[in-house]
Amino acid sequence: MSSRTLPLLFINLGGEMLYILDQRLRAQNIPADKAKKVMNDIITTMFNKKFLEELFKPQELYSKKALRTVFDRLAHASIMRLNQASMDKLYDLMTMAFKYQVLLCPRPRDLLLVSFNHMDAIKEFVKDTACILAQVDETYRQLIEMYAPLASGEFQLIRQTLLIFFQDMHIRVSVGRTILPTYFSATGSPNWAQTCKTFQHTHTPKTENMIQGYLVSWLSDQRRTFPHRYSVCRPVETHMSGTSKRSAQHTKVNLVPNPLAKEELNLLAKLMRGLEVPKAGNADSGFRVNLFATDEEEEEALLSRPDELSYGFINIQATKDQTANAELAKIMGEFSESRESPDLSTNASSKGDDLLAMMDGL
Amino acid sequence: MYHKEKSIQIKNSASALYNNLCVLRIAPRRLTYFTVVHANVVNMVSASWDGLNYSHRQLQSKEPNVATSPSLIMQAAFCVLPSRDLLVVTSQKGIQIYESDGSIMVYWHALDTPETPTAQAVFARGIAAVWENYICVGLSSCGILVFDVPSKGSNITLSEVLEEHKEPITDLAQECSGSQDCIADLVSADDSGTLCVWKSGEEFQLLNKIGGFDMSCSSVKLWKGTAVAGYGTGQIRLYEAVTGILHAEVNAHARWIYSLDIAPFSGLLLSAAEDSFVRVWHLTVTPESNTVEVAHLHNECVTDTQICGAKFCDGDGYAFAVTGYDLNEIIRYTQT
Repeated sequence: MSSRTLPLLFINLGGEMLYILDQRLRAQNIPADKAKKVMNDIITTMFNKKFLEELFKPQELYSKKALRTVFDRLAHASIMRLNQASMDKLYDLMTMAFKYQVLLCPRPRDLLLVSFNHMDAIKEFVKDTACILAQVDETYRQLIEMYAPLASGEFQLIRQTLLIFFQDMHIRVSVGRTILPTYFSATGSPNWAQTCKTFQHTHTPKTENMIQGYLVSWLSDQRRTFPHRYSVCRPVETHMSGTSKRSAQHTKVNLVPNPLAKEELNLLAKLMRGLEVPKAGNADSGFRVNLFATDEEEEEALLSRPDELSYGFINIQATKDQTANAELAKIMGEFSESRESPDLSTNASSKGDDLLAMMDGL
Repeated sequence: MYHKEKSIQIKNSASALYNNLCVLRIAPRRLTYFTVVHANVVNMVSASWDGLNYSHRQLQSKEPNVATSPSLIMQAAFCVLPSRDLLVVTSQKGIQIYESDGSIMVYWHALDTPETPTAQAVFARGIAAVWENYICVGLSSCGILVFDVPSKGSNITLSEVLEEHKEPITDLAQECSGSQDCIADLVSADDSGTLCVWKSGEEFQLLNKIGGFDMSCSSVKLWKGTAVAGYGTGQIRLYEAVTGILHAEVNAHARWIYSLDIAPFSGLLLSAAEDSFVRVWHLTVTPESNTVEVAHLHNECVTDTQICGAKFCDGDGYAFAVTGYDLNEIIRYTQT
């Protein structure tokens, strides 16, 4: 549908990811310098000039799998490591939080305000680092240039495109003290009297109140509509609601992958090479972040995750691992799989070469 | 006034698209067809009137070649012509026309899709059957395609392209009162809220153009010469189509209106919006005094749901059906 959706999707999901990581880094008492390095590294990668140039080009949305891969790489663009269960949970939280925000926007144009909200928070994370700050400011400018002139109908199309992307994703997440239900109350806007004005032949309008006033409590400040207070002390919980079989049968929208998604991954891979990646075994620089309260909880979450909610993703390890390479090749092969093309063996080996080369280099 | 009936379960949830429900009543077979769009699939349900039998069918968007990703469907609607009923499905790649039960595709029209995506999205949206033998479909490139449909067979041809709108088409509506006296046959709406009023024929004639104040009109109906338009502000406006005289302005909903429908025999109007409400109104059009009256009759709230489709199931408005984003069911209401 709208070919201008991807930048908003990426920036907002990225912003949510950073909020959550920030909270977890503080909750796990990671030393301030390391935490800052993690945030800086991720934000630098997110706002890389070439990356954003590609992102802002008109294009269809990536498939869910491809986007999940991009964020998995992004989350690992630093010395921080996440196990699969934690990465799954991080992604659940990110996507459900943004879906919630998209649903609740009173007007489609408010999507832009939500995006600026995220950008403000990102700016706050890197306010001490001038070069990254410049990248973030440049992105602000690009957002304004691309989206400010759009009409409300175009924003609604973007919103509809996002809602199709998030369709049938119902995962209960609780953020601090607020439980976000799987269905959100959609009623909201400033008080709007239900009036009907009829224009008689004499052109004197006659106004009457037709329906008793109703509902509507809405946060008054549009700009700060979604304050994010992931409290440091309370762990963030994710409850896997028993999604019914029907809702889990979401139709794969992009069965044949977007070739641009693979290019995007390659670019990301090239960016990774430029970053400092710690050697395995160096306990001083690398550390693991857990999205759960304890390691046992994390393991249990991984085991008990319902099949239909699994993202089918692998834990990318920093060591040279034949299994990981083979699995990665399989995923890249899946990206190039089409419903009707039977023979993929030759295709799979030629695609994703850059990523595999990167894996070998680590 | 209305009470809730047993819902019909559908295979996939409804997507957040304008006018995302269509209903076709087949009296001789005591069946009603429903169509709901989910991403690149149209879910069709055939429901028997006794409520005992439901059969399901799914139609996919057609792809010109297998190497491209499946395109999203924008709308599916039944077109009732005197000689035949057809199902029209519009997507990002083109327009598919099926027999009304979805069993056979009789026609495919491909849209001009650029090689690399452009900032302007490409899709078809807005479907109406006009007069005896025309099916009109709107485009994101602002034109309206007029297809000439024979009384049987697949020899459907593109008759003309109407270029009057400057913004992507959102909805089309044919005059539904059945009256022969009405001059206007078709009204088209676009993303700027502009309405164009047309007379059909070998060459369609533009009768009037009504300005929109830059607020998208997502759903429009034409009844007894009155254009009823629902807007992104939640407002419904009633215009005399041919002259453009504004008869009434109703602040009907708190959020974007997604669907309007009219029961032509009774003058009932159904409006549904993102604010989770469906409202039933009564319209009285009095040509002698040139007035239109609107009375509000009933509300239904589908809690926590952004409604995307609402249609009467019969010409009197005795029953209506509703779909919502992420909902796997068609909710039905019947008059008490």
